[in-house]
Amino acid sequence: MSVEAQAAGIATATTVALPDPAAGVCPLPFDKYPTVVLAHGGGGRLGKMLVEQLFFAAYANPVLGGFHDGSVLDTGAGRIAISTDSFVISPIFFPGGDIGSLAVHGTVNDLAMCGAKPLALSAAFILEEGLAMDDLWRIAQSMRDAARGAGVDIVTGDTKVVDRGKGDGIFINTTGIGIVPPGVEISPRRARPGDVVLVSGTVATHGIAIMSVREGLEFETAVESDSAALHEMAGLLVERLGEDVHVMRDPTRGGVASALCEIAQSAQVGILLDEAKLPVLEEVRGACEILGLDPLYVANEGKMIAIVKRDAADEALDVMRAHPLGTEAAIIGEVVDGHPGKVFQRSRIGGTRVVEMLSGEQLPRIC
Amino acid sequence: MKYVDEYRDEAAARKFLDAIRRRTTRPWTLMEVCGGQTHTLVKFGIDELLPEEITLVHGPGCPVCVTPLELIDRAVEIARRPEVIFTSFGDMLRVPGSQSDLLSVKANGGDVRIVYSPLDAVKLAEQNPDREVVFFAVGFETTAPANAMAVYQAHQRGIGNFSILTSHVLVPPAMEALLSSPDNRVQGFLAAGHVCAIMGYWEYEPIAQKYRVPIVVTGFEPLDLLHGILLTVEMLEEGRWGVENQYTRAVQRAGNLPAQELVQQVFQISDRQWRGIGQIPHSGLALKDEFARHDAEQRFGVASLTAEESPDCVSGDVMRGLKKPQECACFGTRCTPESPLGAPMVSSEGACAAYYNYRRVG
Repeated sequence: MSVEAQAAGIATATTVALPDPAAGVCPLPFDKYPTVVLAHGGGGRLGKMLVEQLFFAAYANPVLGGFHDGSVLDTGAGRIAISTDSFVISPIFFPGGDIGSLAVHGTVNDLAMCGAKPLALSAAFILEEGLAMDDLWRIAQSMRDAARGAGVDIVTGDTKVVDRGKGDGIFINTTGIGIVPPGVEISPRRARPGDVVLVSGTVATHGIAIMSVREGLEFETAVESDSAALHEMAGLLVERLGEDVHVMRDPTRGGVASALCEIAQSAQVGILLDEAKLPVLEEVRGACEILGLDPLYVANEGKMIAIVKRDAADEALDVMRAHPLGTEAAIIGEVVDGHPGKVFQRSRIGGTRVVEMLSGEQLPRIC
Repeated sequence: MKYVDEYRDEAAARKFLDAIRRRTTRPWTLMEVCGGQTHTLVKFGIDELLPEEITLVHGPGCPVCVTPLELIDRAVEIARRPEVIFTSFGDMLRVPGSQSDLLSVKANGGDVRIVYSPLDAVKLAEQNPDREVVFFAVGFETTAPANAMAVYQAHQRGIGNFSILTSHVLVPPAMEALLSSPDNRVQGFLAAGHVCAIMGYWEYEPIAQKYRVPIVVTGFEPLDLLHGILLTVEMLEEGRWGVENQYTRAVQRAGNLPAQELVQQVFQISDRQWRGIGQIPHSGLALKDEFARHDAEQRFGVASLTAEESPDCVSGDVMRGLKKPQECACFGTRCTPESPLGAPMVSSEGACAAYYNYRRVG
C-alpha cells in the first residue's frame, strides 16, 4: 500500500487535532526514533505512526483524508482513483514472480480495492550501477506481461541510476490511475456490525515464499508467491453486489491482521475472526509453525479481503470462488457491535484473544 | 497438519476442560516454565477457559528474557566493530540493553544478521575469512547442543574467526531457586517439554521429592497444556508429588544422550546471572578452556562491561510468578514492543508481549 494510501486510510480513523505542519516542528517523538528504522516500513504500528504523525501532518488536505488503498478525486466529470507504491523487494526474482510483476500487481490491486477500473500506470526505476542488463530486460518483459494481464498500459516512466552500493540492484515505483464507476462506494468506514468478512484465498503465501528464498529455507514443496492482479475479481464483486460491498482491501505487508485492525479503527466497529476458518496452505502453515510466525501477519500480494452485507455474503463467496484467483475463498469472520476499533479471534479450541496490528518487524524465534 | 491439528481439536479440548473442572476442588497455583507455553495459553485463550480456582503463573523459561542486560551491552559493543559480522536469532535483535539494541546497531551501519542456526554462522565465518563472525548463543538446554556443535565444528575445522557470545542457562537450578524462595507461591510445575527432549526428566525427580511438588513434563500445543494441567491438578488433589511425562511423543526419561554428550564436551557448568532474577549458582553453561579461542567475551575483551537495570521494570517479579504483566505500571504505556523497558515485552516467548499482543483491550 502506498504512503498516501496509508495516510488516507488512517485519516479516516483519526479525527483528533493534528499538529500544525506550518509550525515546522516534527511531531514524532525524536527521543525514541532519531533515525528511521526498518520497522517504519514494515506495515505495522510504527509505519502507521510515521505516516499519521509525520506525512499526514505535513500534507493534510481533504482528499488525503478521504480514502484507503488509494485516493479518489472527483473531477466533476467523474471520479478518478490514484495510487502509488514503491517496490524494494529482495531477491528481485522469486518463486511465483519478480519485482516487475509485483510492481504492476501491487498498484493495480490498490486501485481495484478502491472499486476503480485500472486505466494506466507509470513506472519509475532507480537502478544501481552494475545491474545486469539481462535482469532489467527480464523485469521489463515481466512488467509488460503483468500489465497486459491486468488490462492496463504503462504510459509514462522515468529512469535514474545510482552509484554501486547506493541501491539494491533495482527499486521500482508505479503509480496508477483508474475510473471509479458511478455509485461505487468502497471505504473502510463502511464496515457495519452484522457484515461478513471474506478472504479470497489462502493467506501468508507471498511472505513465506520470499522468506524461504531470502533466508535459504528449504521445504519439501516450494512455496510460490501468490502475486496476481485482483481487478477482475474486485470488479465482479462490485458489479454483482453493488453497494452491498462495503470494504475491499488487499492485505499486503502486515498481513490480514493489520489490514483488519485498520478497518476496525476506521469504522469504529469490532471484528471477530474464526481461526479455524482462515485458509492457509499446508506447507505455509508448516513454515509459520517452524519460524514462530502467525499467518495472520504475513504478507500477501494476490489476496483480497471483502467486507459485505450479511445477506450478500453467500453471493460474494460464489463470485470469488467462481474466479480462478478465488477458488479457496472463505468467510473468516464478522463485524460486531462489541469492542469497537478492535479485532478479536476465536481460537481453534474456543478461547478468544485480541488481534493487534503488527508490532515492529516479524522476527523468527529462538526455539 | 499432522502433529498440529490433532492437538488443537476443540472437542478434545472440551473433554480435558471438563475433566479439569471435575477434578478441581480447591485453588491451585501452577507455573508453566517455558515462555512458548505461556504464548500458547494466552494465544488460544486457555487461561480464560480454566476453572477460576486454577491460577497459572508464567515462568522464567524465555531465553531472551533472562539474558542479562550487560550481555546485551557486550553484544552491542562487539556488533559495532567494523570487522565483525554479528549473527543472532531474530528474537534477540530488539531486546534493549542499557543504551542500545542490536537493531539500532544495524540501523547505524553495523553488520548484524539473523540466522536460523548457529551452523549458518559457522558457514559465514568460513566464507568470510577476513571478518570476525560472532554468534549470540543464548538459550536453555534446548539450544545448547546446536551451539555446542557449532563451536565443535569450528574448532575441528580450524575456523579461527568464529566465536560465540554465550549466555546459556539451565532450568533445574532456576526451579530450585524459585521453590526455595520465601515468597514462592507455585504448587505445581508444567516443565518445559523441549528442554526435557534434550535432557530427559531424571534431573527433576530429586527436586520433586525435596520440595514435595508435582512436576509434569508438558508439550506446547493447546491439548498438551490442558493434559499437563489435568495431570498436575490430579497429583495436587490426591496429595501426590513426583515427575510425570505428558509429552511422551518427544520426551524420554534419559533424554537425548548424544546431544548431552556433545554439550558436556564443549561446555562446563558455571554460575549465571539471570536478568530480572539475579545470580543463580551452577545455573548456566560456559565454554571449556580448550575452546576459549571461540569465546567472544575473551576475544573482544568485553567481559568487564556491567550495567544497571531500569528500576521501573518488574520483569523479575513477572518471571518468578509474583506479578502478572498487566500489574506493571508501565505495561502498554511506557513499555511496549516498539519501545520496551524489559526483555519480556520483546521476545515472542516473553510473558509481557503475550499479554500485550493477545489481551490488551485498552
